[in-house]
Amino acid sequence: MGAVSLTNIVKNFGSFTAVQRMSLDIPEGAFVSLLGPSGCGKTTTLRMIAGLLDPSEGDITIAGRRVNDVPIHKRNLGLVFQNYALFPHKTIAENVAFGLKFRGVSRDDRERRVREALELVQLPDVGSRYPGQLSGGQQQRIALARAIVIEPDVLLLDEPLSALDANLREDMRVELKRIQQRVGITTVFVTHDQSEALALSDHIVVMSKGRVEQTGAPEDVYTTPATEFVARFLGASNIVEARCLAVDGDGVTVEGPGVGRLTLPRERAPQVAGPGPVKLAVRAEKLKLEPAGTAGTAPDDADDLILDGLVETVDYQGLAARYFLRVGDVQLQAINMIDSHPFAEGERVSLRLRPRDCTLLAGSTQ
Amino acid sequence: MGWALIRGWTVLVYLFMFLPIAVVVLLSFNASQFGSFPMTGLSLRWFAELAGNEAILRAFRTSIVLGLLTAVISTTIGVLASLALVRYRVPGRNMISTLLIAPILVPEVVLAVALLLFLNALAVNKSFALLLAGHVIFTLPFVILVVQARLVGIRRDVEEAAMSLGASPVQTFFQITLPLLSPAVLAGMLFAFTISFDDITGTLFWKPGGVETVPTQIFAMLRNSISPEINALGTVMIVLTAGLPLLGIAIARRMAMKRGG
Repeated sequence: MGAVSLTNIVKNFGSFTAVQRMSLDIPEGAFVSLLGPSGCGKTTTLRMIAGLLDPSEGDITIAGRRVNDVPIHKRNLGLVFQNYALFPHKTIAENVAFGLKFRGVSRDDRERRVREALELVQLPDVGSRYPGQLSGGQQQRIALARAIVIEPDVLLLDEPLSALDANLREDMRVELKRIQQRVGITTVFVTHDQSEALALSDHIVVMSKGRVEQTGAPEDVYTTPATEFVARFLGASNIVEARCLAVDGDGVTVEGPGVGRLTLPRERAPQVAGPGPVKLAVRAEKLKLEPAGTAGTAPDDADDLILDGLVETVDYQGLAARYFLRVGDVQLQAINMIDSHPFAEGERVSLRLRPRDCTLLAGSTQ
Repeated sequence: MGWALIRGWTVLVYLFMFLPIAVVVLLSFNASQFGSFPMTGLSLRWFAELAGNEAILRAFRTSIVLGLLTAVISTTIGVLASLALVRYRVPGRNMISTLLIAPILVPEVVLAVALLLFLNALAVNKSFALLLAGHVIFTLPFVILVVQARLVGIRRDVEEAAMSLGASPVQTFFQITLPLLSPAVLAGMLFAFTISFDDITGTLFWKPGGVETVPTQIFAMLRNSISPEINALGTVMIVLTAGLPLLGIAIARRMAMKRGG
């Protein structure tokens, strides 16, 4: 059993079901992200682990102890909020020492541990100041120090980076990972930001409408989405309604508008058992654009599919550009690094698509 | 030209409002034995007489005890009611909220008569406790309004953070919520005290025989004659009811400064 286990958790608010029969096992020391859009139930789940909400059904265990009936202040957990939630009337040192007072830590020990925690978050000299005198990023570091200093069984982070400016957010992301690895604490991280989840997590739990869509390592979830929702939510994906024509030992043959006919390796279509409607998912960055006509001349890979497209819209992003292309009857998007110049609107291009970069999803229309 | 008129008009309005008060304060230092102009010299004799007037001193003691008790009881109930209304999903909380605020909207005379008739029907005699209850009833809305406004501004996650760190709900209230609420609690107490200290309408209806507060004492004295003592008493009242809130604001400012905003 992991550090935190959820077994068949359900949470109803009146007639609305926020979390639908969720089970999750978080290993000791792991960094697990609950990722999803707002209203997907990720924060509700975190608050149930914290003890701020009672599950309607199911069991929650922390460090092997069933905590359903244990109030929040007896669960021994660290909680970090989006808005820092520091105590404005206490100094930084008092803030960090707050949890230690309830744990019978002696005064000397308390001072030492507060000092160590402040050093860990690289703010050793702010102990005598008040939260209002620190910047947002500094306040969030203090909030983290305050949560870690009590050596909780699990660290719960509720969108801790969302209130910070873009640049600061990336710095804090790196910092957060460093601290978490150094302390080795089991961490549950709630976010709607896929890049945060991908960068920080050992495991990602993608949620939608109160259900778990997919659980897995960041790379697995990213490269092999299990559902259309996951494919669309993580990164930019093209989803084409297609038909599976045949499944055999070599691969799965599909045909769809725009892309024509192609054969995928069997492992790229785990959900497809036989012919029928399917969805073909391909990441925008896996569609490689080349000037029209040049693609066919030097086929690096005989399996590559070459499609003709017309650039309809260009979204220039500096390092890369995002193109919206008309390919046959469908619109596809591609994100490509910019070599010297981006392709222009109205330009004809060739699209190179490797079948093994595609994923086939079950075609049942949801 | 237009602005000069507005400026002049404004000065007149302020004069109209504050001149009578200034006159009372000025005349309280008058050496003459008539409480009116012309002034014959400066003197503190009316304050001295005031300090020797047993009836007034008794009224003062009554008013201060009544005001303090009203402030403490009203603020305690007000804080608890605000907590319930803001932090918990109490059934029918909108209606409760409206009912608690209602005494502000109902004319005081009506409220005074209503409470008196109600207690008559219950065959309860007038008493100091009844007077206190009356004062609590109509200072409560002010306390609730002030405390509720502040409580809404205290983020729930600050309290949740405290609980996650091991503080029980009661410890969280005393160590986090109450200190953050303290400016509003202080303001509420000052409101309650000054309103209670100033009140005459309700007090006239509810006070038991023989008990006088400062306002009812002044009222009684005016019925006989206009003694210069009343001017001195008025000055003391002004200092108390205007000075206390100013002191409160100063304390609140200092507390806020310490935290660097």
